[in-house]
Amino acid sequence: MPLSKEQIAQRIARELKDGYYVNLGIGIPTLVANYIPSGIKVVLQSENGLLGIGPFPEEGREDPDLINAGKQTVTTIPGSAFFDSAMSFGMIRAGKVDLTVLGAMEVSEKGDIANWKIPGKMVKGMGGAMDLVASAKNIIVAMMHTNPKGESKLLSHCTLPLTGTRCVRKIVTDLAVVDITENGFKLLERAPGISTGEIRAKTEGKLIVEGDIPEMVF
Amino acid sequence: MNKVVSDADEAISNIKDGDILMLGGFGLCGIPENCIAALVKKGIRDLTCISNNAGVDDFGIGLMLKKRQVRKMVSSYVGENAEFERQLLSGELEVELIPQGTLATRCLAAGYGMPAIYTPAGTGTEVAEQKEIRNFNGKEYLLEYAFQADYALVKAWKGDTDGNLIYRQTARNFNPLMAMAGKTTIAEVEQLVPAGQLDPDFIHTPGIYVHKIFQGKSYEKRIEQKTNRKVN
Repeated sequence: MPLSKEQIAQRIARELKDGYYVNLGIGIPTLVANYIPSGIKVVLQSENGLLGIGPFPEEGREDPDLINAGKQTVTTIPGSAFFDSAMSFGMIRAGKVDLTVLGAMEVSEKGDIANWKIPGKMVKGMGGAMDLVASAKNIIVAMMHTNPKGESKLLSHCTLPLTGTRCVRKIVTDLAVVDITENGFKLLERAPGISTGEIRAKTEGKLIVEGDIPEMVF
Repeated sequence: MNKVVSDADEAISNIKDGDILMLGGFGLCGIPENCIAALVKKGIRDLTCISNNAGVDDFGIGLMLKKRQVRKMVSSYVGENAEFERQLLSGELEVELIPQGTLATRCLAAGYGMPAIYTPAGTGTEVAEQKEIRNFNGKEYLLEYAFQADYALVKAWKGDTDGNLIYRQTARNFNPLMAMAGKTTIAEVEQLVPAGQLDPDFIHTPGIYVHKIFQGKSYEKRIEQKTNRKVN
């Protein structure tokens, strides 16, 4: 079975460590916040100026002055801090954020990422994605392995306009966990019941498979 | 020193057709609602608006777009606005999309008196086209220029009669940066108090950056994506 979006988030959450400052993008990455392992403290950064994003507010308790980068109403956790947008991207640029989780349309075997523009379609803008991918030291992409047409999103070269180059370190899809290495995509884990052959068939870029590839366990 | 004006109409009275404006806010959070309403009422046109977003169809900068007052938007993300999309596709509106951190830092540079900055955002992408690239310590950076804006329109939570400002929560966002960056800065505040009543240790924008200030009224503070906890 391919992973659900929640399971992709759950798998990514296993990468979190105590004391991490983490920026979660919109979509599947946001769900990672629901699976922070117990016993560790992770501080979520929102690029509109908040460290320490808390859960969504209870009905009637939302505050229009307190939103996340997806413009959703949020709360704060004890120990949170507010700041302006320049400081927010300053801490990103300076490499203070330990982990960035983003969605993507395409990732190349070199770690290039495309996630902001499709030629011929209305372009809404890159928001903070280009700043994040240009500076983050550890980027994990959360996405489906193929697009709705069934075409691979793990490519030898991105075909869409790039958001950033040579920046993605790891990809968690509905089928697999892969690392980006000097030599291409390296398969680390399979979704339960998904064969190495199926992952290979759905990966257009170079896929390195060494030895037995373990199944993810949930 | 008299920075206090009676209302938004008086505050924006010198803004004219073709001016370059900065407008604070992220989405609809922390936007200068009163000034936008006054600009719509006055009908000034051909404006260039530097703002992270472009509002929604019936609120924020969307109200100015609807009246075709904006010639150019300089933003990082402009979704959630059908009229914006229509004007863009028909060529009535020009848009310059820039990375959000670059947008913020180009404001910061203006407020800090620096002509330009280097940032890695956009290297290796179409954003880097025709820009000066420089290598520092083995990594490429783009030269990006400080903004030059005629007016900055910002919204703060509290302000005093000398123009000192304090923002609230994530409504701070671009406001303090733009406040520093405008040739003329207009601040609208939810609470205007006499100078001396705000603790100097807690001022976000020192009054030197603020030229006009007024007590705002009838804040709607619309929520763009109301999201609540699921209750089991």
